[in-house]
Amino acid sequence: MSLSTVETLSSRTTGSQDASIVSIAKKNARVSRYMVSPSVLVLLLWMIVPLSMTIYFSLIRYNLLYPGENEFVGFENYEFFLTDEGFFAGMGNTLLLVGFTLLITVVLGVLISVLVNKAFWGRGIVRVMLISPFFIMPTVNALVWKNLLLHPVSGVFAAVWTFFGAEPIDWFTHYPLTAIIMIVSWQWLPFAILILMTALQSLDQEQQEAARLDGAGPWALFYHITLPHLARPIAVVVMIETIFLLSIFAEIFTTTGGGPGYETTNLAYLIYSQALLQFDVGLASAGGLIAVLLANIAAFFLVRMIGKNLTEA
Amino acid sequence: MINSNILSLKNSRRLNTLIIGVFAWTVALLIFFPILWMILTSFKTEIDAFATPPQLFFTPTLENYALINERSDYFHFAWNSVVVSFGSTIIGMLIAVPAAYSMAFFETRRTKSTLLWMLSTKMLPPVGVLVPIYLLFKDFGLLDTRTGLTVIYTLINLPIMVWMAYTYFKEIPKEVLEAARMDGATVAQEIYRVLLPMSKGGLASTVLLSLILSWNEAFWSLNLTASAAAPLTALIASYSSPEGLFWAKLSAVSTLACAPILIFGWISQKQLVRGLSFGAVK
Amino acid sequence: MSNLTIKNLKKSYADTEILKGINLDIKDHEFVVFVGPSGCGKSTLLRTIAGLEEATSGNIYLDEREITDVAPAKRDLAMVFQTYALYPHMTVRKNMSFALELAGTNKSEIETKVNEAARILELQPLLDRKPKELSGGQRQRVAIGRSIVRHPKVFLFDEPLSNLDAALRVQMRLELARLHHDLNATMIYVTHDQIEAMTLADKVVVLNQGHIEQVGTPMELYHRPANQFVAGFMGMPKMSFLPGQIIAGDNSGLQVQLASGSKLEVPVRAEGLTKGSTITLGIRPEHIQVTDQQEGRFKGRLDVTEHLGSDTFCYVQTSAKETLTVRTPGDFSGRFGDTVGLNFDAAHCHLFGSDGRSLERIQSNF
Repeated sequence: MSLSTVETLSSRTTGSQDASIVSIAKKNARVSRYMVSPSVLVLLLWMIVPLSMTIYFSLIRYNLLYPGENEFVGFENYEFFLTDEGFFAGMGNTLLLVGFTLLITVVLGVLISVLVNKAFWGRGIVRVMLISPFFIMPTVNALVWKNLLLHPVSGVFAAVWTFFGAEPIDWFTHYPLTAIIMIVSWQWLPFAILILMTALQSLDQEQQEAARLDGAGPWALFYHITLPHLARPIAVVVMIETIFLLSIFAEIFTTTGGGPGYETTNLAYLIYSQALLQFDVGLASAGGLIAVLLANIAAFFLVRMIGKNLTEA
Repeated sequence: MINSNILSLKNSRRLNTLIIGVFAWTVALLIFFPILWMILTSFKTEIDAFATPPQLFFTPTLENYALINERSDYFHFAWNSVVVSFGSTIIGMLIAVPAAYSMAFFETRRTKSTLLWMLSTKMLPPVGVLVPIYLLFKDFGLLDTRTGLTVIYTLINLPIMVWMAYTYFKEIPKEVLEAARMDGATVAQEIYRVLLPMSKGGLASTVLLSLILSWNEAFWSLNLTASAAAPLTALIASYSSPEGLFWAKLSAVSTLACAPILIFGWISQKQLVRGLSFGAVK
Repeated sequence: MSNLTIKNLKKSYADTEILKGINLDIKDHEFVVFVGPSGCGKSTLLRTIAGLEEATSGNIYLDEREITDVAPAKRDLAMVFQTYALYPHMTVRKNMSFALELAGTNKSEIETKVNEAARILELQPLLDRKPKELSGGQRQRVAIGRSIVRHPKVFLFDEPLSNLDAALRVQMRLELARLHHDLNATMIYVTHDQIEAMTLADKVVVLNQGHIEQVGTPMELYHRPANQFVAGFMGMPKMSFLPGQIIAGDNSGLQVQLASGSKLEVPVRAEGLTKGSTITLGIRPEHIQVTDQQEGRFKGRLDVTEHLGSDTFCYVQTSAKETLTVRTPGDFSGRFGDTVGLNFDAAHCHLFGSDGRSLERIQSNF
């Protein structure tokens, strides 16, 4: 019991039969504080400890192969990281991967979710099939695509190409990044569909009917009613996908290992290879912080939007 | 004349529905095809699986499932997945539910910023903290342990669980809890006898989402485990090595590894949206 | 016995003062209604009495026992919420027995009390249903039943009828009145509906902006409002207010001139008032008569008329742009735009000073 509670109590106990019953509101406030603190505490640790270690490592020379030489080097690691040819490749690949995946998932996501928003036979099953890839683990996804679908000899794509008289493509040799984009898009398109499909269900029926009475055709309806309604959910999809796509790792790890050369190395994979394959902790930490910075740009807008949502609710 | 108009309207509508249906089914089958193909391949012999052109019709066999443990100890990895996913989900719920309760029903000036801050930790890219976590785990002997992985999964999923539980609790009218308070319920009774039974649907989908995310997680599991604590994601990654040209077996293992989560996802698709979009879409 | 005493109760949220020093005595068996516009603090006052909100300062006593800081469940009060707040996962029986069960009452006693409450409220056939299978009125009864089983010293009702449709509201209002009579209990009831206040209350407490405007029986408030706010709040349709000026005053009353030029003498005390100061004259719709154009004290143009069948309410605009509400018989046949004369007895008029307070009547006929 805090001191202030004791004081207020003693000034009021006259006539109170049960002084042990502390003001319920105060008790609740205290209980609620205890209840939030474990979550806050562990997350605070999770955020502050490793992040400050990353910052510290990024400023020193630190290679696990040469222990003991840990002098302060200022921004040397950042300089190395930013001027390394791997960084340009990694940055470029990250942007291509994120950009194209976003484009594919959002455009197809909008079209497909509008399509299945209409009533037709077996809609429930169709929806289940559409969202399924999202629940497939990334390593399975990558290997199924690499071996069963995109294999230049026995893959399904090769068979389709042959059927139409074309030469089968060796995707992972000639278009490795395209292959990765296909894999990742297949995984994240269902996410877009799931979110947009749900958002469409809250589209005001009366508003659509009013527009139809005003003489709006299907295209006008889509353009003036549906699309504006989807603006917010699309923004949510873009930002959440951005955060996750910036860190795509398992799909590259299991298919190309970043190669050939740097052709499929993104920032996440680059940092991983510097840390756990080349053991250059300092350099990897500098890269890690740059990745954090990038993700924060997307996160900034997302948090602001969710925060706004919170006040509206 | 009026009659024929109505008829044609009806007919054109029916035709429309048919076209939309055919189109939607085609798209859905295309998107679902890789999963279907994986399942089909899991019932082929290794020779059929590798045949050119790929075989759509074949004599199905269960030998891949029978030999599931042959190439590697499947059940060992599956058990790791189960322990780590359920472990992190249980611990996460134990921490998240009280936090969500207190933020939903005892709102203070700080509540909103606390929630947003929690979410922002989820947006930290894992590579940003990979190095220190790896080194810390090495120092504390947590590398390749289920404990270590459980801790990490709890931490990365905690913000989503708090958030999701929070949005479900927010939908419960405050008065019902006040009525319980008037009826003489203690805080614990209020939570166990009123709040939890009232929000069990929402909490169930929170649990499912946490299970799905933990089960499929493939950054920390690949980086922090080798074999002893490696879950299914890591087992399947090991099939990428050149000696792993066992497509039928890969498919069987993958099918088994994905089936439970796929079913969880189907069950709770609608409710998951809330957690996956951090509450921005309901 | 259950006497509730509130002394100088204040409540603030952050910088906003919701209750600005409430003093109130509620006697045993009384049906007290807190009424006021939304945001006046009536619900906060009730919730502070219940213990769901913490008082910032001041004291609450229930029969000499101070309960200001006591946990809600230990106060010997029961509350019925606006949204009913039933436990959706429990049956009606469970909903009603929950409090007793938490208090450790033995099973047979719970059974008896629940059955007793169910009998009073005619809920016996519904005991094993869940709240979602009940209609609004039935849910309302369960919420009341939940409070009855505890035999509290005071029942608290927070706008209990506002979620019901109009017909059901009237029926439940009657049932509540009957219940109060049968249980002979002390009840505190919050509403924004002055008809509920008028019909149910032994004592009405009119609240406005965090303080009490007036406490009294419904008839006292209606006929002798303490100020212009109470006068305007009680009564449907509202009292009409006309601005005026004092032109003279003596022992028999006050000479007043209205904006439209007409003069009248109202029997109120004139002490402390100066010539020329502005006042407001209030007159209720039932005290005005429509007459011929020539005979009336006022002339006005008929605006909207509302035919209720039993009565017709006319809204009349005078040449000075004052609006008067007039109650006329159901068969009134005036039409939009007609010019009519209006008449009223000065004895029925209320006068309010520039501070809004009622001027005291010399002799009251009511």
